[in-house]
Amino acid sequence: MMSVRARFLIVLAALLLLPMFVTPIWRVYLQAPQYPEGIGMQIWINTVKGIKENDLDNINNLNHYIGMKRIEPDTIPELRIMPYIVGLLCAAGLVAAAVGRRRGAQLWVVAFILVAVVGLADFWKWEYDYGHDLDMENAIIKVPGMTYQPPLIGSKQLLNFTATSIPGVGGIAAMLAVGVGVLALVIDRRRPVLGGADGATVGAGERAASLVA
Amino acid sequence: MSLTRKSRVVASVGAVLLGVTYLYACAPTTKTSGIGNVGDAAARTYVAPGSYDEFYFFASGGFSGQVAVYGLPSGRLLKVIPVFSQNAENGYGYNVETKAMLNSSWGLIPWDDSHHPSLSMTGGEHDGRWLFINANNTPRFARIDLKSFETVETLELPNTGGNHGSPYTTENSEYVISATRFSVPIPQKDVGFDKFADEFKGTISFVKADEFGKMDLAFQILVPGFNYDLGRPGKGPSHGWVFFTSYNTEQAHTKLEVNASKNDKDYIAAVNWKAAEACVAAGKAKTWPTRYAHNVYNDSTHSASTEFKTSVKVLDPKDCEGTVYFLPTPKSPHGVDVDPTGEYIVGGGKLATVIPVHSFSKMQTAITEKKFDSEAYGIPVINYDATMYCEVQNPGLGPLHNEFDAQGNAYTSVFISSEIVKWSLKDCVVSDRVPTYYSIGHLSVMGGDTKTPYGKYVVAMNKITKDRYLPTGPELAHSAQLYDISGPKMKLLLDFPTIGEPHYAQAILASKIKGEQVRFYKLADNHHPYVARSEQETGVSRSGKTVHVKITAIRSHFAPDNIEGVQVGDTVLVHVTNLEQDWDVPHGLAAMGSFSDAEVLVMPGQTRTLTWVAKYPGVYPFYCTDFCSALHQEMSGYVRVAPTGSMVALSATTSPNTQLARLAASAQTPPPAPKAPSAPSGR
Repeated sequence: MMSVRARFLIVLAALLLLPMFVTPIWRVYLQAPQYPEGIGMQIWINTVKGIKENDLDNINNLNHYIGMKRIEPDTIPELRIMPYIVGLLCAAGLVAAAVGRRRGAQLWVVAFILVAVVGLADFWKWEYDYGHDLDMENAIIKVPGMTYQPPLIGSKQLLNFTATSIPGVGGIAAMLAVGVGVLALVIDRRRPVLGGADGATVGAGERAASLVA
Repeated sequence: MSLTRKSRVVASVGAVLLGVTYLYACAPTTKTSGIGNVGDAAARTYVAPGSYDEFYFFASGGFSGQVAVYGLPSGRLLKVIPVFSQNAENGYGYNVETKAMLNSSWGLIPWDDSHHPSLSMTGGEHDGRWLFINANNTPRFARIDLKSFETVETLELPNTGGNHGSPYTTENSEYVISATRFSVPIPQKDVGFDKFADEFKGTISFVKADEFGKMDLAFQILVPGFNYDLGRPGKGPSHGWVFFTSYNTEQAHTKLEVNASKNDKDYIAAVNWKAAEACVAAGKAKTWPTRYAHNVYNDSTHSASTEFKTSVKVLDPKDCEGTVYFLPTPKSPHGVDVDPTGEYIVGGGKLATVIPVHSFSKMQTAITEKKFDSEAYGIPVINYDATMYCEVQNPGLGPLHNEFDAQGNAYTSVFISSEIVKWSLKDCVVSDRVPTYYSIGHLSVMGGDTKTPYGKYVVAMNKITKDRYLPTGPELAHSAQLYDISGPKMKLLLDFPTIGEPHYAQAILASKIKGEQVRFYKLADNHHPYVARSEQETGVSRSGKTVHVKITAIRSHFAPDNIEGVQVGDTVLVHVTNLEQDWDVPHGLAAMGSFSDAEVLVMPGQTRTLTWVAKYPGVYPFYCTDFCSALHQEMSGYVRVAPTGSMVALSATTSPNTQLARLAASAQTPPPAPKAPSAPSGR
């Protein structure tokens, strides 16, 4: 069995997934001379929205100059399944903490990390597709060799726009959750609980910890 | 001897020449009106690029009929709000959506004369909801929304001959008040001038305006046939009263210049509107038939409509005792202003040598004690000394208007001697005076008509410009000057030209309204009868000789942009919806030869209609007039006009690939696409 402290940390890690349901996971800011107030979009668990009310429509309108596809949240399948994946992950974490088995907690942390990596990779690919799949037949502005993929994290100049991507509150909370989950495994490994630990569990914990490292 | 005589002659000629030269040198140089020591004036009015002014300054355009909005202290022109005149800049009053705003019982008035802006009030402070302003010539009121800076409502005033003395907003915007400038037969009829004293009357109108779209002429008070000039409502203790100056108590109808300047004193009419309101509620007013227009602009249909009203309640003071009193005031008073405490009523006798200050509390006592000298048409004339608080001595020649700061000082504009005179309400002594350039009319202290003026600056609005700016032929911009009033001495900071005549102006702290500005209209809320909320909703239809085209504009194209099937003699109504949903992306549309409307300018989310008549067969271009994007020059289209009776089908199309489609249809191999410049590939 895990220590109370470690189980508490697993609960905390699971709960840290919940902000994703009420705050944006990622934000993309676009800045240009004609947009002194900025324009941008935010990726939520189930949709993509403008930072200001009409930003997404305005971004789509701008994108027609470079032949980019319209960003239509309803046509992005990931946004439909993501609430279930995150909900399931949160519930599994709570169950793992309630059961209190080391193996369960370790599996949960590994699964969590896998989901996070796959999610980020998918997001990067989504950005890549939008940035590269351009309708050159109808694009108005054609700059040879130019593509328009925004960065995953950080800033990049795309014609007159500086695109800056950073995680939103939901994304930051999820990153923290990964850390807290790993921390739970680490402190549990350092402090064997009376009459609890068996070698296999410790080994799995080590593997999990090294996986993260 | 002869030598001596010769030298004497030479000496005397020399002396005469010297004397003449000396005298000539003594003649005044022509350019004397400078700022003197500039000091830090430039820094005080400098608003750095990207920074904002502290105040919005709403100045009437005078004979332009509009309102100009300046930022202060920079004096930069921010916007001209069209109100009572057609405006070629944005089509106000030309297109079918806004024409109705200029409707009156006389028909559409294309150009009027606006004088006195008045900000809406709550608790004696500017609340930033609306600005009211008068049309002087064909009497009307307008309401300007301070969220959109657009004229949203106009109301005609019947039984009024010249709406100069207006509008004045009461402490809580209960009423917006107006007085008739010219007395006329009321109700109008054909009478001889010899009947002036019997038949000519004035009115004071009380308009309920505390709710948008419901401006309502609640009642009018019938007053003797003088000329009523300007007014101010009371504040604090005098709330419930309104004061109006009158001149021409001589009741002249010709050569007023001389004949209306004979009486030593004319009157300030003190009107107890709360008493009048009670009498009207008690049924003491008579309902007279009349006809006047009420025009409302609807933000949802983006269109104005007119309703004609047919009656008005008129109260004769004889039927409501204690409503109107006359305060004798020297020499054809022009302005009358109430100080921030509401106690002092300051007259501005334009031909007087003193500034008379009446006391409201003394007036109340005089009324209770019936200290009346006489009656004029049944209205008690209160003894001059009984209401007099003081007479300010040596105010200059021709004091006109007063505004106040929060420290108990009054600032009086003095027309003939062209100066602003500062004096204290405590001791009625003049403490400072500064020249204005030239012949100041109204003046405006920031928040000077409120209970707690912001102070800081006073602006002089002048009638004569002459040499203030680079000359521009015979017609010059009017001039305004900004003075610092934060210290004991007034200091000239800035001189700036204005549109039309900046007759009167009011300033509001920018922070009160700048956060509330509308940036665009929501397409989803657009219920114009011919709106196209997307390109799919566009189309063309015919009913008789009228063709309706629903067209959309978004960077950088119109949809549709090829219109066919129009015939000579058709009237084409081009309903343009701007699909943009972002700030500051207007689109325009101009079509060749449109002699009725010429152009439309459409704000994001709005719909506007261009009326275009097909005169000659041919193909005519139309294009976007507001530089909207890098591809603005490409934002254009054609309308094809066939001879009357032609078989060309009515159609309206947009194809992004016209050239390619045509090539495909003719089954030709397209020519090789132009090679992209061989820049190194980024991939």
